[in-house]
Amino acid sequence: MTVTLAELARLGIGSADLAAAFLFLYGLKRMSSPVTAPSGIFVAGIGMLVAVCASFLYVLDVSPAAEPHLLTNLALGVLALLAGGSVAWWAGRRVPMTAMPQMVAIYNGMGGGAAGGIAAVELFAGAKGSVVALAVTVIGALIGAISLSGSLIAWAKLQGVITKPVRVKGQQIANAAVMILTLAVGIFLVSAELGMAVPIVSIPMLIGIFFALSLLFGILMTLPIGGADMPVVISIYNAFTGLAVALEGFVLQNPALMIAGMVVGAAGLLLTLLMAKAMNRSVSNVVFTNFGDGAAKHNPAHMKGSLKPAEAGDAGIAMRYAKSVIIAPGYGLAAAQAQQKLFEFVKLLQGDGVSVKFAIHPVAGRMPGQMDVLLAEAGVPYDLIFQLDDINADFKTTDVALVIGANDVVNPAARTDKASPIFGMPILNADQAKKVFVIKRGDGKGYAGIVNALFYADNCDMVYGDAAVVLAKMIDAVRGLGSKQAA
Amino acid sequence: MDFSIEITGFVALYIFVLAGFAGWVVIGKVPAILHTPLMSGSNFVHGIVVVGGMFALLNATNPTEQAIGFFAVLLGAGNAAGGFAVTQRMLAMFQTTGEASKKAGKPGSRAKRSKGHRS
Repeated sequence: MTVTLAELARLGIGSADLAAAFLFLYGLKRMSSPVTAPSGIFVAGIGMLVAVCASFLYVLDVSPAAEPHLLTNLALGVLALLAGGSVAWWAGRRVPMTAMPQMVAIYNGMGGGAAGGIAAVELFAGAKGSVVALAVTVIGALIGAISLSGSLIAWAKLQGVITKPVRVKGQQIANAAVMILTLAVGIFLVSAELGMAVPIVSIPMLIGIFFALSLLFGILMTLPIGGADMPVVISIYNAFTGLAVALEGFVLQNPALMIAGMVVGAAGLLLTLLMAKAMNRSVSNVVFTNFGDGAAKHNPAHMKGSLKPAEAGDAGIAMRYAKSVIIAPGYGLAAAQAQQKLFEFVKLLQGDGVSVKFAIHPVAGRMPGQMDVLLAEAGVPYDLIFQLDDINADFKTTDVALVIGANDVVNPAARTDKASPIFGMPILNADQAKKVFVIKRGDGKGYAGIVNALFYADNCDMVYGDAAVVLAKMIDAVRGLGSKQAA
Repeated sequence: MDFSIEITGFVALYIFVLAGFAGWVVIGKVPAILHTPLMSGSNFVHGIVVVGGMFALLNATNPTEQAIGFFAVLLGAGNAAGGFAVTQRMLAMFQTTGEASKKAGKPGSRAKRSKGHRS
């Protein structure tokens, strides 16, 4: 009995990929607790390393047609691995935590692009398989390409390159038309590849048109979506890339890609649904409707009460003499990069015996859990950080709620005003604290353009300014107090 | 001996359904506090697409396929390496009050909760 090199290569790759699939799942499983999570990513990392090293065994098992190009291809492969890997690694090591959402969007787009690229190579190589295999290739290509261009637009929005949602009349009809056209070209491409249809243009041209349309759709779909909906959008594209990878895994007959891709697809779907639920909106509502358009009409001019500005120092001292403080951070904290200053202030309060907790809304920030990461970066222990359901009942018995750069997620209109666009959305009940301070840049409305009833409440004072500057003033005020007492 | 893999029709569906279910169950247990690392961690996991890219590139027979295959590997490698780098960085930051005060050299800690909070 003889074993050829090609068969040995298949054995090696098969075993490595099996190990990788197991290690990915086990690694993700370890991510279910902050205690074991750091080791979880290393477990998954070993899986990746094993699979990538084993992929070089493909050299022993290439198709006869590719054999003359093997050396060139191998050189290109090594170059691409080193270049792509090192640049992304370098960027990932340096990116500030506040810019994490756009970084994750980029990496996600890259995965989608890679899946699309695999599909393109398979399509250029010509029909090898059945209708099913071809159809799966094309669907995977579509999803991967949408994920690539959509993620890039999401990056541009998060990075501030595109500052406003782009909305024009008839946009949805145009988007639907592009989608239908893309699908039609896709179906035509499959039949042309199978020789069932006579292509009007050459097949390579058809492939080009198909990818161009898919990329265009990803751009059009993402442009109208606003910044505060980004947690949902990033989750969707994460799921899309996973799905695209899984489908191309089927095309390449690689179960590791199928399993890993599908696991990520399910994870992305779950997160997407969680985020949509936290906004009390359906996923299609987030993606397809121009949220907040009706808000201008709704805004009641007769808001009871008034906006009461307060000095940063006074607010800081009020918190120093409170027994308990709950802090509700939002995107404004990230924008001001004030997380370190915030924790400095919190440590000062804790030193004086004030009980301080953090309350995190699921969609605070620009990606799921962004606030948790920012606080962790500043050194806030995670046992001080509480999620919506765990802390909402505590506001009633709390002396001071400090809202930093958050708006819609603390708007009591979501509980009380049936006409409000955000009615029914679960919110942090900051208004129920005895006293509320809101740190905010200006009088501007939330992203949805909804007036925040909290700001007008009798127990609420507004501290205007950049969060980092305001917190620095608060720290000075409380420190000054300490020295006076000592003297 | 033959070690080639052949996945057709229903077998593929079995893999998809079971993997999707496994992913749903495993991810469903992750507390909200870890949602960002989870997202970038799962993002890292789909970086396995780089292996598919290698297969496509090594089997390329003309410059067009070589160019596209090159970009597939380039992007896939970026996805995997970058996803690992940011996830590892984020996870290393999470600590309890006990760990934080140990690092700061202060004895004693107030909070006892060490497990994640679920939303």
